[in-house]
Amino acid sequence: MPTVSMTVNGKAVTGEVEERTLLVQFLRENLRMTGTHVGCDTSQCGACVVHVNGDSVKSCTMLAVQAQDASVTTIEGLAKDGELHPMQQAFMDNHGLQCGFCTPGMVMSAIDLVNKNPNADEKTIRSQLEGNICRCTGYHNIIKAVQQAAKVMGG
Amino acid sequence: MSETGIGARVLRKEDKRFLTGRGKYTDDVNMPDQAHAFFLRSPHPHARIKSVDAAAAKTAVGVVGVLTGADVTAAGLGGLPCGWGITQPDGSPMFEPPHPIIATDKVRYVGDPVAVVFAETLAQAKDAAEQIVVDYEELPGVAKAVDALKAGAPAVFDDKPDNICFDWELGDGAAADAAMAGAHKIAKVEVVNNRLIPNAMEPRAAVAGYDDSSDETTLYTTSQNPHVIRLLLGAFVFAMPEHKFRVVAPDVGGGFGSKIFPYNEEAVLIFGAKTFLRPMKWVAERSESFMSDAHGRDHVSTAEIGMDENGKFVGLRTNTVANLGAYLSTFGPGIPTWFYATLLSGMYVIPAINAKVRAVFTNTVPVDAYRGAGRPEASYLIERVVNEAASVMGMDPTEIRRINFIKPEQFPYETPVGMTYDSGNYVATLDLAMKHADYAGFEQRRQEAASRGKYRGVGISTFVEACGAAPSAVAGALGARAGLYESAEVRFHATGSVSVFTGTHSHGQGHETTFAQLVCERFGIPIENIDIVHGDTSRIQFGMGSYGSRSLPVGGTAIVKAMDKVVEKGRKIAAHLMEASVDDIEFEAGNFKVAGTDKTVNIGEIAFAAHVPHNYPLEELEPGLDEQAFWDPPNFTFPGGCYICEVEIDPDTGSLEIVQFTAADDVGVIVNPMIVEGQIQGGIAQGVGQALLEGCAYEDNGQLVTGSYMDYCMPRADNLPSIVFDVSVTPSPTNPLGVKGCGEVGAIGSPPAVINAIIDALKPLGVTHIDMPATPKRIWETIQNAPTPKAAE
Repeated sequence: MPTVSMTVNGKAVTGEVEERTLLVQFLRENLRMTGTHVGCDTSQCGACVVHVNGDSVKSCTMLAVQAQDASVTTIEGLAKDGELHPMQQAFMDNHGLQCGFCTPGMVMSAIDLVNKNPNADEKTIRSQLEGNICRCTGYHNIIKAVQQAAKVMGG
Repeated sequence: MSETGIGARVLRKEDKRFLTGRGKYTDDVNMPDQAHAFFLRSPHPHARIKSVDAAAAKTAVGVVGVLTGADVTAAGLGGLPCGWGITQPDGSPMFEPPHPIIATDKVRYVGDPVAVVFAETLAQAKDAAEQIVVDYEELPGVAKAVDALKAGAPAVFDDKPDNICFDWELGDGAAADAAMAGAHKIAKVEVVNNRLIPNAMEPRAAVAGYDDSSDETTLYTTSQNPHVIRLLLGAFVFAMPEHKFRVVAPDVGGGFGSKIFPYNEEAVLIFGAKTFLRPMKWVAERSESFMSDAHGRDHVSTAEIGMDENGKFVGLRTNTVANLGAYLSTFGPGIPTWFYATLLSGMYVIPAINAKVRAVFTNTVPVDAYRGAGRPEASYLIERVVNEAASVMGMDPTEIRRINFIKPEQFPYETPVGMTYDSGNYVATLDLAMKHADYAGFEQRRQEAASRGKYRGVGISTFVEACGAAPSAVAGALGARAGLYESAEVRFHATGSVSVFTGTHSHGQGHETTFAQLVCERFGIPIENIDIVHGDTSRIQFGMGSYGSRSLPVGGTAIVKAMDKVVEKGRKIAAHLMEASVDDIEFEAGNFKVAGTDKTVNIGEIAFAAHVPHNYPLEELEPGLDEQAFWDPPNFTFPGGCYICEVEIDPDTGSLEIVQFTAADDVGVIVNPMIVEGQIQGGIAQGVGQALLEGCAYEDNGQLVTGSYMDYCMPRADNLPSIVFDVSVTPSPTNPLGVKGCGEVGAIGSPPAVINAIIDALKPLGVTHIDMPATPKRIWETIQNAPTPKAAE
């Protein structure tokens, strides 16, 4: 079995994987980092979104071996010294989550969205989050959360 | 109101773990030495199983074992039980076929499990499953209930060739007929309530372990009601007593009804764990969810409503064919009957109502409760026919509603379909919604849109729902095979913090916060000193779980009742400590006081005295401060509201935009307004999804077409509007909190508002009907086939 090495949340990790092992399986099963979720099998739902070298990626669409030498950030790597990332805090402040299952992917996508488009309007936020499905919130409060975080992150 | 008491917008206690990736869902649970399960499922809607050859799979790499229907039969295991029995008008019971946990003689829907492979890895289990040879004799299948009723239709069960599970009727038929005969005018609609797939974002999953030294079974599962799973799987499938069977539902990623029921996979996993003496794990892939989670809705109905000269309703007749799928899911028969027809009076005084229901087996996934469960079907039917009634009478849709509303002074109001509504002020929610939606200014907006070539329409829905099904004795008389009470334990610890054990289950609703607010309000202790414990049969006394918007009205009240007992005991301890008579002790905001004096002792001190009873009335009172209550409510609660949806349609493409959605709800007293608003926004999103996007499609023979998110259109952020929301409050007299429940109103009230808006938009074309989901294609076709085609003015 191939060996794969990468940096996950700033820490060097190495593991043996099958060639067919997906990045999300490597994170969840090899590293037992279960914050990243799997909600579908067609790369539609976005629960598995992580950052790979700074870009949001559905970690179910990428093989673990493709992340060789990459820098991966997951939901577990956002809070620093016990302080939530502005996006996490905004989701809490605006009740942007209910069951929490889509939340890790939603937060990771939203951060990438704001990083790349800090002044996105509501319509743009809605269209750019189209790849993350939430069944609980109706998105209303997620949009509010992203808008709040954008202000904090941009300022 | 304190900052964390009843009515406060308290941020959720549960959020930090979810936002930092430390939620613990079933797929995050691993037992030592576990193996992985993969289910081989029927690719056919209907086939006879001639043989299953698993010999090669059993010796494949990594395989721990294989089980088939024959193994289930040999082990003498029971089938999945149905939790609601229906009695037909002639007194005979419904047809209740067996529901084996692995198919034996026949497969009856695409997805019906035929075998399970347990292996060291999931990949090995999948590889081995490909080596199982099932010899099927394919049979014709049937997916639509109306087709299953036709002469010569395939029989889902050989011994029930007409496919009818039951016929059922509610309300006085003769009275309804007489009322209609005397009506000035009659409005009629025929509607399809489209079949939906619940799609909680966390797929179902389970991990089962068996300890043969203690004979104890542990099941982690994605459940809304772990005690119910323990009861039904334990008693009916395995004959396993409760004290040897622990069910844990940890963090659960949404349910919407689909995680109420015991499923084949949970039972098979336990069977596997006991057979091979290894813990077994299974996680549904989403495509499995589509073909194995109980589906929702799937009614075809007609409704006729009669009016007098003034537009007052005189009678209502409805006729419904309900699709139950291939087997009876847990509450399948209860949904299109007692959870449906009992709400057909809506918000209105309708002197005579008769509802007929025929429930039918088909070669499709079993149908059961999905957010609203029967009540959305009722509100859709009544709100569609009431809108048609306005049209027939030439009245404004708000006006015909207003004159027919049950008035505030008429509560408690007994309907002709068996419900006694607790309280409400329906005009108040209508007026509130009309104000926020600027209903009066609509015609101007319609004209402005027409100048841009768009059809603009406004749709109204005024709806009532029933939450917190109760009391148990009545439910039992109507066919429920379980109680509908809830339990709570309130445990004061020695140093003043509190653990509350509730039999309800939170899978997104925020109970850890809302329930803690109840305790804050009563005991005046900091919210961080309160912990809400749920989801584990080994920790919680008992419970019926969360569904039907029951958690706060029923479960919350059980907490209040347990807190009452704590206060009662505390008064006795306080009387002793302050050397006063118990009758003189008053309790307020966490302090026991001697009336008319400045003597006071805090409940924290009482808790300490109860646990360190050095100065304590031991001859009269036991030490400790830990009380339990079971609460069986006297009635349902009846929230209601008014939704107004405004749409714009592009006639060239049929594409639609919801330009404004206004919600005015009355869910009784509100404990956490932030959470209530979130629940209603989410419910509306699911209702809008049903109205515009979602629809489970089967080929006529039962082959599933919408089997993934590539085919089944889930609402996404760019499909939905922001929602204008307000509340009007009439407390429920049914429970001491005055709460009514808010989990389902959004999904119940919104579909008719959306469809009424579309029909209103297309009114200039003579359109009077469109079915859900009103996709752009369907809207475009409706425009093309309209009686009076013309461009928007």
